[in-house]
Amino acid sequence: MASSNNTFMGYRRENGRVGVRNHVIILPVDDISNAACEAVGNNIKGTMALPHSYGRLQFGADLDLHFRTMIGTGANPNVAAVIVIGIEPHWTKTIVDGIAKTGKPVTGFSIEQHGDLETIATAGRKAKEYVHWATELQREECEMSELWVSTKCGESDTTTGLGSCPTVGNMYDKLIPKGIYGCFGETSEITGAEHICEARAASPEIGKKFMDTFNAYQDDVIEAHKVDDLSDSQPTKGNIEGGLTTIEEKALGNLEKIGRDCTYIDVLEPAEAPEKGAGLYYMDTSSAAAECVTLMAAAGYVVHTFPTGQGNIVGNPILPVIKISANPRTLRTMSEHIDVDVTGILKREMTLDTAGDALIEMIRRTANGRVTAAEALGHKEFVMTKLYRSA
Amino acid sequence: MSEPQFLVHSPKDNVGVVVIEGLESGTDMLGVITENDTTINLKSEHDIPIGHKVAITDLKEGDTIIKYGVDIGKMVADAAKGEHVHVHNLKTKRW
Repeated sequence: MASSNNTFMGYRRENGRVGVRNHVIILPVDDISNAACEAVGNNIKGTMALPHSYGRLQFGADLDLHFRTMIGTGANPNVAAVIVIGIEPHWTKTIVDGIAKTGKPVTGFSIEQHGDLETIATAGRKAKEYVHWATELQREECEMSELWVSTKCGESDTTTGLGSCPTVGNMYDKLIPKGIYGCFGETSEITGAEHICEARAASPEIGKKFMDTFNAYQDDVIEAHKVDDLSDSQPTKGNIEGGLTTIEEKALGNLEKIGRDCTYIDVLEPAEAPEKGAGLYYMDTSSAAAECVTLMAAAGYVVHTFPTGQGNIVGNPILPVIKISANPRTLRTMSEHIDVDVTGILKREMTLDTAGDALIEMIRRTANGRVTAAEALGHKEFVMTKLYRSA
Repeated sequence: MSEPQFLVHSPKDNVGVVVIEGLESGTDMLGVITENDTTINLKSEHDIPIGHKVAITDLKEGDTIIKYGVDIGKMVADAAKGEHVHVHNLKTKRW
């Protein structure tokens, strides 16, 4: 594949954005439409159904987030075309209309007054048409600066703070100045380093927006629902096994992902698409891996970098997740999950600069089409963030 | 430089991180402070698992633990130089 170190071969979409995958997805509006979507996904090869657990009787900000996640997933440039299936036509149309703004092919089907079988047949015919169309799309040379690269770490340990997180930070310090979009989040895991995070905002106003988000999370989620000191969840049992003792220690390692020089230029709602141009963004997300990666995919990110210590195995249906680890035990026991081995940092055989370059090269290869470990192993975790229970 | 047994983020830190598997008590360890590439020699006083922390000075109950040059919590029991520091003797000050 002909591409220089500054370019890769990607799919340029109707709205000008660049994707690195070419999925035709079958997107359920709601939980009860999963069966029809999975049937279409089974019948029509080259499509992928994205079953999930919600979409009924949600309201207010929680419903807004559901629509934003669904529309954002369909709109992501890694997706060529979308079939949307819902139980009734109104919410189905809301999602179809949202995705259609990108200019990509999208059609909705609703099950009431048709039943699953007729819906599967009609949606299947359209899905087949989309597969024929999408598989003739060609990759073209794109600039590395056109990539949107998100990050979130998982099953962290002390080696993530020493090796894999600063490797991501080194990558951002090199690629953000070249014009990529970046994204980090994990509001709960900033706890203990919130003032350091606040200081990394591009302006005091953005820093205040971050602190307002952080404090709202503490008040509305932690204080409202905690039954103990969170020591059973933060750090997690895996974190503790890996040597992390306190939430502050975990947060400081986590923040290594944003490097030495980057500042974030805005604070995003969950699944909100960035609109202030190229640069690094903070997104208000859970620290649960699948929820966080799903939100970043819905915001439009096309490659994800995922440092892990003890070995989080998460993937995403539409967003390739690149795993980076510095933990020699994890590489010894579960290397099939790791794309970039940076154990050399702990042995002082590899500098952060070299590790950052190795990650950038893996991002480029992934963008060119290399299947990630998580993709090869079939990890397609697609998990909605739910703000409160449904009506 | 030979391969270190532990790494320290900042010269201000009073704990390091063991970075090899199977570290046994009584090992003469080489440590590296990553921020300035200086070395520390220290004898391990416990078997310490990979990724876990080792005291690089004598630590008393109530002492603040510094890692990344930043406060990460306080000691709730003593740990002598070379001993294991983890959930049994270190806690957050937050909760």
